[in-house]
Amino acid sequence: MSKTKRDNLITYGIVILAFIIFQVLSATGNLSSHMKGLLVPMTYYAVIAVALNLCVGILGELSIGHCGFMCIGAFTSAFFSKVTEEVLPTAPRFIIAFIIGIAFAALFGFLIGIPVLRLKGDYLAIVTLAFGEIIKNVINAFYIGVDSHGLHFSMKNAMELNMEEDGQVIVNGAMGITGTPHDSNFAIGIAVLLISLFVVLNLINSRDGRAIMAVRDNYIAAEASGINVTRYKMMAFTISAAIAGAAGVIFSHNITTLTASSQYFGYNASIMILVYVVLGGIGNIRGSVIAACILYLLPELLRSLNTYRMLIYSIVLIVMMIVNWSPKVIEWRKRTFGNILKKSGKEMA
Amino acid sequence: MSFLTYLINGLSLGSIYAIIALGYTMVYGIAKMLNFAHGDFIMVGCYIIFSVSAALSGNPVIGILIAIVLCTLLGITTEFVAYRPLRGAASPLAVLITAIGVSYLLENIALLIFGADIKSFTSVVKWEGITLFDGQLKIQGVTIVTIVVSIVILIGLQLFINKTKQGQAMLAASEDKGAAALMGINVNRTIMLTFAIGSALAAIAGALLCSAYPSLSPYTGAMPGIKAFVAAVLGGIGSIPGAMIGGLVLGIVEILSKTYISSQLSDAIVFGILVIVLLVKPTGILGKKYLEKV
Amino acid sequence: MALLEVNNLSISFGGLRAVGDFNLKIEKGELYGLIGPNGAGKTTVFNLLTGVYKPDEGIIKLDGQDITRKNTIEINHAGIARTFQNIRLFKQLSVIDNVKVGLSERIKYSLFESIFHIGSYRAKEKEMEEEALRLLKVFDLDGEKDILASNLPYGKQRKLEIARAMATNPKLLLLDEPAAGMNPNETKELMDTIALVRREFDMTILLIEHDMKLVSGICEKLTVLNFGRVLCQGETKEVLADPEVIKAYLG
Repeated sequence: MSKTKRDNLITYGIVILAFIIFQVLSATGNLSSHMKGLLVPMTYYAVIAVALNLCVGILGELSIGHCGFMCIGAFTSAFFSKVTEEVLPTAPRFIIAFIIGIAFAALFGFLIGIPVLRLKGDYLAIVTLAFGEIIKNVINAFYIGVDSHGLHFSMKNAMELNMEEDGQVIVNGAMGITGTPHDSNFAIGIAVLLISLFVVLNLINSRDGRAIMAVRDNYIAAEASGINVTRYKMMAFTISAAIAGAAGVIFSHNITTLTASSQYFGYNASIMILVYVVLGGIGNIRGSVIAACILYLLPELLRSLNTYRMLIYSIVLIVMMIVNWSPKVIEWRKRTFGNILKKSGKEMA
Repeated sequence: MSFLTYLINGLSLGSIYAIIALGYTMVYGIAKMLNFAHGDFIMVGCYIIFSVSAALSGNPVIGILIAIVLCTLLGITTEFVAYRPLRGAASPLAVLITAIGVSYLLENIALLIFGADIKSFTSVVKWEGITLFDGQLKIQGVTIVTIVVSIVILIGLQLFINKTKQGQAMLAASEDKGAAALMGINVNRTIMLTFAIGSALAAIAGALLCSAYPSLSPYTGAMPGIKAFVAAVLGGIGSIPGAMIGGLVLGIVEILSKTYISSQLSDAIVFGILVIVLLVKPTGILGKKYLEKV
Repeated sequence: MALLEVNNLSISFGGLRAVGDFNLKIEKGELYGLIGPNGAGKTTVFNLLTGVYKPDEGIIKLDGQDITRKNTIEINHAGIARTFQNIRLFKQLSVIDNVKVGLSERIKYSLFESIFHIGSYRAKEKEMEEEALRLLKVFDLDGEKDILASNLPYGKQRKLEIARAMATNPKLLLLDEPAAGMNPNETKELMDTIALVRREFDMTILLIEHDMKLVSGICEKLTVLNFGRVLCQGETKEVLADPEVIKAYLG
């Protein structure tokens, strides 16, 4: 078995093991209801961390608007589930909602990728932030209702929908969607996480994944090797958006009132995911999953820590970046630890 | 007449954006980095003025002066501790992520000290303003002061850049750091000076922002900061008059769209402008072209 | 018919003519040198040939096919591969993956197969692995196949860059100052590598160099550029004896 294959299996194993442990704890009554409530969010944060790491670590472009794609996945799927709640049985309804969420997130990832991926570095990052905010603001101004005549849209308020008596407001502007069926659960969250990992890890270890990483490392050399840089950037960005959309589907089917609030979908939320990715290791997919789970659960469990949580994260973020990326620190590390390694190598010989 | 009022309000907000954008554009032009924490320097400045005013319960001038000094020190320290070690890092994302970390750090320190509740900020401008056209048009004092201050700062900066040795050093460092160093310019010191000026401007912008919109929270600076960056990009990053134009355009667009289109969508419109500008003319209104050498 | 035929190629940057009336004819199997002092326009010629810049005038033909206005990717597909003066490897990829990237336009399978590792994935990956290993062996890099490209010593990075270029199965290989930054030992090894590439792959090579000694040692034909214009062109011996060339280099 090759090393990559073994590594991937370990990653899946960790996720499955975590699932079993939590299930056992839950079945034996060792899990508080507060803790149970944290399990589903933990999975969707892990999923979106995987999505963002595909964008930041593998494609090499910083997005601070990824929660926007999550938002799209959440709203489109919740809309579908709400409209068809009475018509379809749970399982097919959720599967279709899931596909719709992913498809719309991917579509927006593609459309937004066309302009965004022409930019680089800081500009790209700030434009992803801009799009994330645009998505959030537009959804907040969106009203959709349904009555016997079909769908009604408005960008002003619910009254403007001009519906019949039997009409029902589905998307109510800043008040969002209320009463989406609770179709997602911990097992589904874990399944989606495993699928996301499967897709990303397989992609990395393929012809297309190598091309994406080649573009990241040196796009000029990639072009000279016949690699279509735009195509691969679009590919990675779209897949990343689709996975973020999947996280949104789990999210929206686990919450009673879905609103496009800054808390969940603003750039600060996106930055929170970025913290998971950086602390788990940029480009390290397994690290993202572990970091997302631990960093999400820890402060929720240690309430006393919660006050200082973000303070600690921000300091760790800064220190990690300097330790891992500063040319001087890297040189110093090589000098100090390089010598130690050499010495121990000699002794062993 | 109400249109005129909105236009003037837009000019005023735009002037604040312009002052913040000047900080962004100078730092970006010279250090080639997006100081994501710049907006939070504004918030720090506001809290300092707020605290000093509360302690002295009197003249806000002392508060403003202390805020300027402390923000300058904050800017210099941040640059030295967090950004300088990452100069020349293999990935340009490293320093941006660090700047995001600094932004988070400042917001959370403020959160611990002052709490999440919104403080009401007393305007530093005591003047009531003027009334024109038999009371039909009322312009607030803070609006006039903001516009005047921004013009003074613009002229001052232009003179500084073009007439002083340090200013010329900044121009040289923004063109080519290596060549500037060979010409005997201390690049590190020049970058530090840039941060100092940008941060001092952030403190001034903070005083004006919170005087016009008197609610202060740890997140006060974040959104105006990002919008000011949009303004800097719109005007052409690295260009001082560009930052001014970009700021004014953005402020006017924001106020007018809030009034005439939808307050819900005004941010979306502002960010939409950024997207369009970067697509049509990525270098902004007054920016220069840059090509990577093969 | 010549493999590469360039006629009246010109380009100006902001009114300054970087390359003017440039003509070049390279026959199949030749090792051709493009020399000239610094700033003579050598790299600009490379960038024109590989579509990084579009010429103001002139025609470039590869194997009879007009590639003048094509972009970098299309030109690579048409059969020109290159290396860079300042080495451009995929630093965070392993040595073998660098070569596999070069192969990825030749040995293809769909995105769907990439994501689910089904269909022809296994067979094509195996083919790619074997082909990459074969190439690495030729360049004596197979022992280091799994280490990161950035951890290779300088001389081997050059070799890997050439191996990656060869992986795209080019008709013409462009080498941009391959000996830049090398010590005499490494330079000698490089010359052996270039000789090897010609022998193993029957490759046509165009080489940029400002080191006269290196060029005169291995190239059969030379073109000397000065101030963006061809100063002299022909067999190496004749060119080196040309008084104009001596003047440009010594005066």
